[in-house]
Amino acid sequence: MGRAELENWRETAESGNQLQRRDFIKAVTMAAAAVGLSSAAAMKVVEAASKGLKPSVIWLHFQECTGCTESLLRTSHPALSTLILDLVSLDYHETLSAAAGHQAEENLLATMEAHEGAYVCIVEGAIPTKDDGIYCKIAGKTALSLVKEVADRAGAVIAIGSCASFGGIPAADPNPTGAKGAPQVLEGKTVVTIPGCPANPYNLLGTVLQFVALGTLPALDEKGRPKFAYGRTIHEHCPRRAHFDAGRFAQEFGDEGHRQGYCLYKLGCKGPATHANCSTQHFGEVPGAWPIGIGHPCVGCTEQSLAFRVPIHTTVDIERPMPPDTYPPISADQGSVSAVASGVAGLVGGGLIGAGWAASKKLGGGDGAEGSSDKEE
Amino acid sequence: MSGHSVVHTPVGGRIMTGTMKVLLTIVALSGIVVAIRFLQGIAAVSNLSNGYPWGVWIAIDVVVGTAIGCGGFAVGILVYILNKGKYHPLVRPAVLTSLLGYGLAVIAVTIDLGRYWGLPKVPIFVWRWTHSPQLEVALCVTAYVMVLLIEISPAAFEKWKDSKNPTLRSLSASGMRIMDKILLWVLALGLLLPAMHQSSLGTMMLLPGPKVHPLWFTPWLPFLFLVNCIMIGYAVVVLEANFSSRAFGRPSETPMLASLSKVAAWVALFWGVFRLGEVAIAGELGLIATGKGMFFLAEVVLVLLAAAILFSEKNRNNPTWQVRAALIMLVGGALHRVNTYLIAFDPGANYHYFPSVPELLITFGIIAAEVAIYIAVVKTFPILGGHGPGPARSKA
Amino acid sequence: MSVDRRSMLKILAGGGVAAASAALPTKARAPLEVPPAAMGMLYDTTLCIGCKTCVVACKSANDRTPDPGPWGEEALYDAPVDLNGKTKNIIKLYKDDDYRSYMKMQCMHCVDPACAAACMLGSLKKNPVTGVVTYNPDYCVGCRYCMMSCPFNVAKFEFDLAVPNIVKCELCSHRIEDEATLTAGFTRYPEGQGPACCEVCPREAVIYGRRDELLEEAKRRIAASPGRYYEDRVFGETEAGGTQVLYLSHVPFAKLGLPEDIGDKGVPDVAYSVQEGIYYKVPFAIPVAMYGALAFVMFRNRKANEGEGGGKP
Repeated sequence: MGRAELENWRETAESGNQLQRRDFIKAVTMAAAAVGLSSAAAMKVVEAASKGLKPSVIWLHFQECTGCTESLLRTSHPALSTLILDLVSLDYHETLSAAAGHQAEENLLATMEAHEGAYVCIVEGAIPTKDDGIYCKIAGKTALSLVKEVADRAGAVIAIGSCASFGGIPAADPNPTGAKGAPQVLEGKTVVTIPGCPANPYNLLGTVLQFVALGTLPALDEKGRPKFAYGRTIHEHCPRRAHFDAGRFAQEFGDEGHRQGYCLYKLGCKGPATHANCSTQHFGEVPGAWPIGIGHPCVGCTEQSLAFRVPIHTTVDIERPMPPDTYPPISADQGSVSAVASGVAGLVGGGLIGAGWAASKKLGGGDGAEGSSDKEE
Repeated sequence: MSGHSVVHTPVGGRIMTGTMKVLLTIVALSGIVVAIRFLQGIAAVSNLSNGYPWGVWIAIDVVVGTAIGCGGFAVGILVYILNKGKYHPLVRPAVLTSLLGYGLAVIAVTIDLGRYWGLPKVPIFVWRWTHSPQLEVALCVTAYVMVLLIEISPAAFEKWKDSKNPTLRSLSASGMRIMDKILLWVLALGLLLPAMHQSSLGTMMLLPGPKVHPLWFTPWLPFLFLVNCIMIGYAVVVLEANFSSRAFGRPSETPMLASLSKVAAWVALFWGVFRLGEVAIAGELGLIATGKGMFFLAEVVLVLLAAAILFSEKNRNNPTWQVRAALIMLVGGALHRVNTYLIAFDPGANYHYFPSVPELLITFGIIAAEVAIYIAVVKTFPILGGHGPGPARSKA
Repeated sequence: MSVDRRSMLKILAGGGVAAASAALPTKARAPLEVPPAAMGMLYDTTLCIGCKTCVVACKSANDRTPDPGPWGEEALYDAPVDLNGKTKNIIKLYKDDDYRSYMKMQCMHCVDPACAAACMLGSLKKNPVTGVVTYNPDYCVGCRYCMMSCPFNVAKFEFDLAVPNIVKCELCSHRIEDEATLTAGFTRYPEGQGPACCEVCPREAVIYGRRDELLEEAKRRIAASPGRYYEDRVFGETEAGGTQVLYLSHVPFAKLGLPEDIGDKGVPDVAYSVQEGIYYKVPFAIPVAMYGALAFVMFRNRKANEGEGGGKP
């Protein structure tokens, strides 16, 4: 959709609908609620938007499939239109912008100058570093130099998707292009990472909304992931957890257990080691639309150590194993009698007694010292 | 019965014989296991568990081990209280055996204790003493080991009397002087202490009452353990005297040992009858037919069998049967102790225990150490005695 | 020969004296009293849902590590099969054909604790006021006599460590800082200072307070629902001389692993009657008297031997 068309749509909507403002507030409030911001914060967003104080956003694309952008396009709380028209000023986005070529690049430079130190830089896709990064070039510049240049003057840097967070698919072995994520390339800079393949768009929305409303970034973990979304593993809030705890597993795709919706751990579910919120924040805005929900084990797409690295059907260790998962019986069998040990004990014990018994024969009767007569009993 | 002097002489001869090498190898192997135990904890080398916190290290190494060390006590009663001087030559080797039995039992305890570094606190922290039967055992055994050391010291002093080393000579002289004065009072202590702690070893197994099988849970346990240790003491002395004579080529003392065997037979008979009697009076004879009843039967039958063999004068004077009966008496007596501490102990049907091979190795190592040290000391110091020095030909 | 017989009689007589004085429990020792402010817990199996929150809370309040249990390396979670060096409190499952219920197990804090009776230097000690049996590793030698003695198999040992401790529930005594006050009918410490298991139980299946208050509550529940509880009684009121942790159950106690036939006498009764009878009635009188007798006889014998020209012992 070109920018002109978007503007048209908005004018039409505004003029045509008396309840436009109310809808707008409702939309923003819903969006804020969806990502845990209070209604007070939502009002701040509205105010900021009304004053035209929309933060500038520069969205960079590198080695990516554009899945994260596509994912973002399929949101409705708020709708992308609301987001990019009312809440932020999306000044550079290679997929969505109407402009192209030199015009787009001029826009990029102009935005960086005009909003230096204040714009949000969102990175989508991995950055190749091998051979000075020639494997991805836009407008004659390598991705490597582009990201450094843009991130350097940004107010906040957000890496969306696994590719931008840690390299993703391009970085899978043997990683011929030396693909890396934004945090690895932008050493020293705080980069919010929102891994996932695709990332859940609401995680991005939540982060952006907080920045818009409060000017701050959410609490991040040691990998830069917002804790509100990546603070727990899938296993820790999975709807199939009770089956795991009770030992009910699908053993094969399509078997009875699979049909009953049992735990997919044995099919290789990476949920126990994957930090994400897919189990509560589903995809495509359809409840239940997430991998495990539709019967496929989680592949751990948010985790660098798992995604595109560990085979999909290989099982993983449980992170943070708590709480207990089985019930011991009233009296559990403990200890056992080892056959070897009993054998050894019997042999030695019996041997000593037997030897003593046999040796007593040599003592003979009478009281001779050496060479005593062998008097058997 | 009238006073006569005993002449003690070292056996002499090469210490590092083939037998010694075998024994020391066993000790060395078990030493490795001991090292692992101290570095990695008890679970690394044993099958002791929360259900069976005590295993062979306690039941055999300590409880049977100290009983084997009651030779000094048992013979001491005969010689010093009943004034039977003819058993005098048996005293010193019995005391040595006792010292080794108790000393190695203390080592076994240190290996078994999880927090062994706290052991010195037991005799020192007097204000924290409780009425626990085990405390009494611990203090008594500690004191008794010291008493045994004093009791055996005349052997060392005798050896050092003519030593080339002047320090040892003067040590020997002053030692002998001190012994003259105090030995009697120390010996009396040496007859009191074992009576105290051996009976307390019995009392100890009264505390886990609900977990002890009724055939073994009786307030007579302390008395049973006391008589039992005297009986085992005699058996050990007979065994040790016979094998020493044979192994070191010394004249055998069959008539004296025959007399001793008769005493032992009476003690064994008394014990066996008393044991059966107290179970009968408690109305528990029926339990013999059940599960663990056969262990009870074994301990009584073996002891009575030994007594029966020894009541025949012909058997008593035949070293072969002397030794066999003593062996049966020892096994039967030891079985009572192992039964009380291990077999009769039932923490619940779901718990199972059998020692692991490394665990057994430590027990074997302790026994081997005992035998090895005995041989070495007997060859070096004047321990074995008799009616004049015998030919110093050693087979061990 | 006659002399021999005389000696034999002497032996038997001596043995008899020893027997009489050493073996007969003189007077059974007086039963221990319940301490004045005895704290305890009351667990009701009819309320427990087996959620195991109490196990988790106990682990975290007592700094215990997860125990992978017998599943070893395939371990998925903290799954102890019994109380052990890492587990002071456990929920066990009682299965009866198709019926399921739960059993919480931890230290019973007996009125007459066998573990404290066993301990040589009083490392396990019963608090004289609250009656809680606590463990002080400073005086522990790791002999495990307490484990042998406990009829409930509560005390456990860290066999797998080179520096091991005895491990058992201490009613979270380490958390107590303030006085206990009456709260909702029970004498309790402020939040965060009572036993962690009781504070987190979502159904109050296990509660804590003073033992007399809990007994009263237990009896009230029994009276309010006759037939609901096994034999309409509380386990621990008199068993083993009384315990401070009480159990109400709808299944027979023996099925839950409690020693139903343990009797009403304190477990240390027999052992202590014997031990104290011999040694402590008149402190050490018997051993001292025996020593005197032995020394006297030996002295007299020596004199007799010297008279006949014999040597010294």
